[in-house]
Amino acid sequence: MDNNNRKAWLYLLPAFLFLGVFMIYPLVDVFIYSFEEGYNFASQSYFGTGGYNYSYVLHDTYFLQALKNTFILVIITVPLSTGLALLISLGLSSIKPLRDLYQTVFFLPYVTNTLAVGMVFMVLFKKTAYSDGLVNLLITKLGGTSVDFINGPYWAKMMVMCIYTVWIVMPFKILILTSALASVNPLYYNAAKVDGTSKFRIFYKITLPMISPMIFYLVITGFIGAFKAYADEVAIFGTDLNAAKMNTIVGYVYDMLYGDSGGYPSFGAAAAIILFAIVLTITVINLLVSRKHVTYA
Amino acid sequence: MKVVLEHLTKRFPSRNKKSNEEVIAANDLTFEIPDGKLIGLLGPSGCGKSTTLNMISGLLKPTEGKIFFGEDDVTDLPAEHRGVGLVFQSYALYPHLTVRQNITFPLENLKGDKKLTKEQMAEKALEAAKLVQIDQLMDRKPSELSGGQQQRVAIARALVKMPKVLLLDEPLSNLDARLRLQTREELRRIQRETGITTIFVTHDQEEAMSISDSIVVMKDGLVHQIGKPQEVYDNPVNLFVAKFLGTPPINVFQGSVRGKDIYIGEEKVLETNSLQLSNDSDVVVAVRPEGFLLDENGPLTLNLDRVEVMGRDISVVSTHPDCENASIRSIIDSDNEVNTDSKTVRFSLKPKKMHIFNKETGERIPFTVK
Repeated sequence: MDNNNRKAWLYLLPAFLFLGVFMIYPLVDVFIYSFEEGYNFASQSYFGTGGYNYSYVLHDTYFLQALKNTFILVIITVPLSTGLALLISLGLSSIKPLRDLYQTVFFLPYVTNTLAVGMVFMVLFKKTAYSDGLVNLLITKLGGTSVDFINGPYWAKMMVMCIYTVWIVMPFKILILTSALASVNPLYYNAAKVDGTSKFRIFYKITLPMISPMIFYLVITGFIGAFKAYADEVAIFGTDLNAAKMNTIVGYVYDMLYGDSGGYPSFGAAAAIILFAIVLTITVINLLVSRKHVTYA
Repeated sequence: MKVVLEHLTKRFPSRNKKSNEEVIAANDLTFEIPDGKLIGLLGPSGCGKSTTLNMISGLLKPTEGKIFFGEDDVTDLPAEHRGVGLVFQSYALYPHLTVRQNITFPLENLKGDKKLTKEQMAEKALEAAKLVQIDQLMDRKPSELSGGQQQRVAIARALVKMPKVLLLDEPLSNLDARLRLQTREELRRIQRETGITTIFVTHDQEEAMSISDSIVVMKDGLVHQIGKPQEVYDNPVNLFVAKFLGTPPINVFQGSVRGKDIYIGEEKVLETNSLQLSNDSDVVVAVRPEGFLLDENGPLTLNLDRVEVMGRDISVVSTHPDCENASIRSIIDSDNEVNTDSKTVRFSLKPKKMHIFNKETGERIPFTVK
């Protein structure tokens, strides 16, 4: 190894150390845990090894509920939030006056505390002894019957969850997309205009491909973020998510480790590995799809 | 299709908040571009030539005045509906599309009865590509092309829909010198072959002179002179036009008129027959580099600096106290022999290659010789 090479490795060492200790070692460890049956933290002992943890988790109704919830959340919120963010960014980039003001307004949720936002959603959706929440007030005004969004039917709770998630992830996407739109050279728009291109075609054929790397980035991080959802659920439905039937995979893992049903790290590890496998698969699919549709100029 | 500009004016609001001075990029332009001709809009940077081009393309709205394509008033027609082809200075090829897709793009926009089938589009695209000789590169991305090739793609894209008017904004400025020469001849050939009325903008007078049917010389938003390149070169209306055209540039002297004779310093350089100047006054005397004749008894004495032999002709570099230029360049035939040991060199002047201008206004003062 020549001197230069050695130096390079030396410079990389701190990063490797941290990655190794906080990323790679835990990952391997979780993988091992997931095959150790009935592992006990206190005694550091286990009964045997095998696939029982996976079998248990995959047959656990709470896990299946969490899996379903997570998938619904991902499938609804990722496309919806990205699409809405794109529409809002397009709007923002086509207006001149008050653009800064709107940009600030749209970005506010990003800097607002999750729990504070949860409170706001409570005011909007929660039934209390004094009121049915603002949304219900609106529904009854329009002649509908009031719905219990927090403790009521499953679809109502899921709807609140989706709205909440979309609202909380959008600011970052808007920020990224407005800057992506601003970075498209206006020359291309002029060229397209002279060539008699309609507004929609300009968007579809020029704007979209030019910002496609950014959209792709948002979709991938959006998928990963949505699969990891947990804190937002707690903010709205409280800590007993299983009872509310609103648990997520990460919530399930947490419960297995520390929740009321806690003390089962092996099951938690198995669930975490399943989540990891799902996210990996989805990301690989994303990458394959993007190869066809994302252009890096 | 002929293009007519009538009192075309573009004013931009002032950027500086303190002064309310507007920037007048194009000031009351009125001229006609005949059908099927190649016109060069020529001027130093900031003279408003690109603004004028953008108004013709429809990308900029004029503040005042009208634009006609043929008999149609297109002043309020947006760029999308004008049917012009525009080649941008930086080409503006869509980076995510291949050459073929770039060229086909304008065709895909056609609607109604002009709509083409896929085969027709492919055929037209290939035709345009062949015209600019890039049909070998159809499946490349713009980033995989050289500057000259990108330029051709841009021209093909502008030509493919057979525009009524082709506009080129500094089309050659991003090319190296050799490619520039080659491409400008290509441009001329393509324009001849297609017969499309073409307007191109350049600050390079040599480029404009070499290929244009007609040149429009602009400065500070004003048109100074319009005409055939040779006419404008031979009969500039003012000192600016005379200085702007020609390489090496025209040699400018502080001179005077006494009676009917033109003087540089105390030397009488030319006797005229008639001179439209009532009384003796100081004038600017400008002599083209090719206006000098080596003459032992010539009236003009210059301080010889050096002689550059260029094969075909000789360039004599000299100085004169009354000359504005740092050095005077006289281009003479290579048959001549200049005595390089001498400190001075004497010339007589060709009357057709010299002009006199009013010292204040810069207007040319016509004269005739016997």
